[in-house]
Amino acid sequence: MSSTIFEPGLNHFLVVSALLFSLGIMAVLSKRNVIMVLMGVELILNSANINLIAFSRFTELSLDGQMIGLFVIIIAAAEAAVALAIVLNVYNRFKTINLDEINLLKG
Amino acid sequence: MELTTILFYLFALVTLGSAAIMVFSKNIVHSAFALMFTLMGVAALYVLLYADFLAATQLLVYVGGILILILFGVMLTSQGYTLSFKTITVNLIPASLISVGIAALLIFAFLTTNWTISEVAERTDTVYDLGMLLMGDYILPFIAVGVLLLIAIIGAILMSTRLSADNEGAS
Repeated sequence: MSSTIFEPGLNHFLVVSALLFSLGIMAVLSKRNVIMVLMGVELILNSANINLIAFSRFTELSLDGQMIGLFVIIIAAAEAAVALAIVLNVYNRFKTINLDEINLLKG
Repeated sequence: MELTTILFYLFALVTLGSAAIMVFSKNIVHSAFALMFTLMGVAALYVLLYADFLAATQLLVYVGGILILILFGVMLTSQGYTLSFKTITVNLIPASLISVGIAALLIFAFLTTNWTISEVAERTDTVYDLGMLLMGDYILPFIAVGVLLLIAIIGAILMSTRLSADNEGAS
């Protein structure tokens, strides 16, 4: 459908989202600060959303893809609120948010 | 080159570059601000995909809400002034191997699949159609997600207020 290979088509958006996903995985795996891990999860959710909306633009998924993307954003907001409340509780108990030092199973 | 092409590459560069800064920065406040530019770049990509309502929602919810929450989390969980803004990086080699592998696998899968592309008519705005869908086919998920948000907010408030009550009891 695209006349040249440089014109942004479906594949270009998919590649952007794949790179964003791998950067999010990198943040989740290599950081030991809980908040950095949460930011990595936000990156992963955003990359999934780019995929959904790119498919809704270029294939027959149409507006359903945008609708799923909307629900992903809402659920990400709920997740961030609850996760940060949990992080504050963890910090209050352990006085640290380093994931390797939070190793108590039963408080 | 067309304007859309230039804009796409510009915003893809902004998104991926600031995401890389976010991941590899040592200072967590710098990471949070780089995340802001990533989220704005993603919103611009949504505009390029004719998703104007989602772009506005992305700006309002992510940049206006989640990022502020994250910054509050950074401020409230820092010990000392500068010491704990540093983030510790571990498992650097396995993590980069896994993420590069995932990226290569995903890009290979995306580029070798033969997607059936259908030419969609250019949309002027999506708000009306999305609203009709939300009140029609998607009414049940809409209500469910509303209840979910209510439960999440009540849970977050409950956890945070119990936290401050504990602090007062201890001191």
